[in-house]
Amino acid sequence: MSVASALAIGRARGGQRLSVVRDYGIVMSFVALFVTLTATSDVFLTQRNLLNVLDQSAAVGLMACGGTLVIIAGGFDLSVGAIFAITGVIAASMAKYVDPGFALVLGMLAGLVLGAVNGLLVTVGRVNPFMATLASSIIIRGIALVITGGFLVSVTNRSFSTLGRGVAVLDVKWSIVIWLVFALACGFLLARTTFGRHVYAAGGNADAARLSGISVGVIRTITYAVSGMSAGLAGVIVTSRVSSSQADAGTGIELSVIAAIVIGGTSIMGGEGAIWRSVLGVLLLALIGNGFNLLGVNPIYQQILQGAIILMAVAVDAWARRTRA
Amino acid sequence: MSQTPHVELRGVSKRFGGVEALSDIDLAIAPASIHALVGENGAGKSTLGKIIAGLHPADDGTMLVEGREVRYHSPSDALADGVTTIAQELMLVPQRSVLDNVFLGSEHNRRRIVTPSSMRARYAELCERAGFDLPADQVVGGLRVADQQKVEILRALARNARLIVMDEPTAALTADESERLFSVVRGLRAQGTTIVFVSHFLREVLALCDTVTVLRDGRLIRTGPAAEETPDSLVTAMLGQPMEVAFPPKAPAPGEGAPVVLSVRDLSRAGAIDGISFDVRAGEIVGLAGLIGSGRTEVARALFGADRYDRGEVRLDGRVLKVRSPRGAIRAGIAMLPESRKDQGLHMHHSIVRNVSLAHLGDVSHGGVLASPAERRRVTEMTERVDVRAERLGAWISTLSGGNQQKVLFAKWLFHRPRVLLADEPTRGVDVGAKRTIYELIQSLAAEGMAVVLISSEVEEVLGLAHRVLVLRGGELVEELNGDLATEDDVLHAAFATGAVAS
Repeated sequence: MSVASALAIGRARGGQRLSVVRDYGIVMSFVALFVTLTATSDVFLTQRNLLNVLDQSAAVGLMACGGTLVIIAGGFDLSVGAIFAITGVIAASMAKYVDPGFALVLGMLAGLVLGAVNGLLVTVGRVNPFMATLASSIIIRGIALVITGGFLVSVTNRSFSTLGRGVAVLDVKWSIVIWLVFALACGFLLARTTFGRHVYAAGGNADAARLSGISVGVIRTITYAVSGMSAGLAGVIVTSRVSSSQADAGTGIELSVIAAIVIGGTSIMGGEGAIWRSVLGVLLLALIGNGFNLLGVNPIYQQILQGAIILMAVAVDAWARRTRA
Repeated sequence: MSQTPHVELRGVSKRFGGVEALSDIDLAIAPASIHALVGENGAGKSTLGKIIAGLHPADDGTMLVEGREVRYHSPSDALADGVTTIAQELMLVPQRSVLDNVFLGSEHNRRRIVTPSSMRARYAELCERAGFDLPADQVVGGLRVADQQKVEILRALARNARLIVMDEPTAALTADESERLFSVVRGLRAQGTTIVFVSHFLREVLALCDTVTVLRDGRLIRTGPAAEETPDSLVTAMLGQPMEVAFPPKAPAPGEGAPVVLSVRDLSRAGAIDGISFDVRAGEIVGLAGLIGSGRTEVARALFGADRYDRGEVRLDGRVLKVRSPRGAIRAGIAMLPESRKDQGLHMHHSIVRNVSLAHLGDVSHGGVLASPAERRRVTEMTERVDVRAERLGAWISTLSGGNQQKVLFAKWLFHRPRVLLADEPTRGVDVGAKRTIYELIQSLAAEGMAVVLISSEVEEVLGLAHRVLVLRGGELVEELNGDLATEDDVLHAAFATGAVAS
């Protein structure tokens, strides 16, 4: 065998290694961090700490599940932070009159409608998804500001806080249960249904999808609606937890959502990815924060590390694509 | 002549993944000559051109430029030696002017400040050398393809190119545009520029070039003076066998008694097709021939619901069919293999299974939930039927050869047996062996009673397979020919609307 062909084979193997890193890097990083934290901190591996981490992640986690559908279908949703805020405001304002379960449904529905509007802007209106959802998020926050008049809306109905603080089963809070159910539902939808296949197809190659009889616009609109709904759920849960809401709640949270999705290994180019990936991505970011707290490291460095991890995830995706193309 | 070759290759090989694209190529290109690389799609002619121009590094072997051994890692390495390329898909910035594009990356400047006046002077010089003129301030996106190509030529000259690789430069040109391009190319040769001309249009190769190299399946078959070759001798060398053998024997055309499956009347779409009418019987293969842009693809797209049509009537099995989307067409029993499998046909980064079942997921699901074992079973059946060769059904489409990709596309559209199959360029970029398999497949589908509409830029292919050939020109159906009796010349005459084909 010549040197050149040996080199060629070496390159091919390098490419494979890279795609293994891309495909399972999130699992490896998560396990490594989990083991490290277990070894270095006494508090980490306690039920209380882990449940706390899950509870704190639920809001971003819910939105990451919805956002994963949008990104796989070839879209982008920057408006979840604003939807998160306005549904919280709506729920807090209505809490006096309705019971918590109904407020949750109301928040979901409001999110769903706003998400669907985003979807229509992008598909029927043909506005670039980045700009459409950026603009809609500004409008939505504006509306929330009009509703609240710029003030904090406090919830006086004590039963409303069950959703955010109440325990569902065995010390596990409702927020975690709702996230789990939503993640399982999205995962099932994506992996096991014809709708899921259509989502992948729409994002992987919209032209080919259309010529395969798929209504790409309808599929994408639905993903935006689901994403909006997830933001609605998250908004109501957090409002219930803190018993108040305001128009600028969750500023910048949409970026954490997108970061978690990308770190999980879902391709920002669309057509590839999975819900479990985004769940791990959310948890990885949460563990980093948790680890910094437990180990008493200056939280300033946390941002630098998180940024570096995001960069690495995107770069590995791009490199793996090039070697496999 | 014992002068040093402009470019010399010794034992050059190139692999993509597991596929050997070029093996052990020895080739010398004389300075100030026009050297053609011909071969079937997938024979390696474009790859060879790209290696010379530094777009791909060779895996093995050595390359000498003007007697010096070189190893190019990028097009800019090659450019430093005066070697450049004009790709099949033009590399221009459509929003910028002709001038900006010509000097893209080599802008005249003084201390990094661009100096337009010196560029304009140089531009006039370049135009004179090339023998044509283009308005310097015209926005490139608004130019015709032929003129955009001239911008590329000027750019090559602006960079002092002494060797230009042209990859299928006439593919998108009309006959007289091609003729004008040839005179430019001859002018460049007269001034000492070497041209490597990659093309599968044999007549123009013979008319234009000094030397011809024939490639087949990544191997160099022979290099010789163009004057000693004929189209037939080249075809024989390219196929490795006389032409007749390349096509399986035709089944006789179905008679008057066979039912008309697809009936098209007065199909029209503004700016694309006008008043197209034809019938396709069960078991019949009807070929659509014509130049690129003549409306062949547009007919198929209109029938498939991919584009709306303004006027006309389509009947399927005698019933009027109104399709407004591909979805509707698929439900009615029409399948279309689109022109570009990469951009329109397949999801390159998805598995074979996902691609094959995508258009008919309803067949392998209950209430929207997929039945995975059933899906796998059906996909396995289909891929075996069309002879897809892949290690695993989970493999990405991008890892397959062109021929296997095209077979996957067939599997996708036969997944739920259609009544009408519209196949647009079904063998583009496919190697010879896979071509034969695809021809046999198309014939067997027709033999089973499917109505087949075959579109191809390769006239031999249309004649070799179709019972009837419809020739389109400028969006109109201008000629109907008998597929057994018509010759390539008959088709080209009709397509070009000239008494004499450019030869």
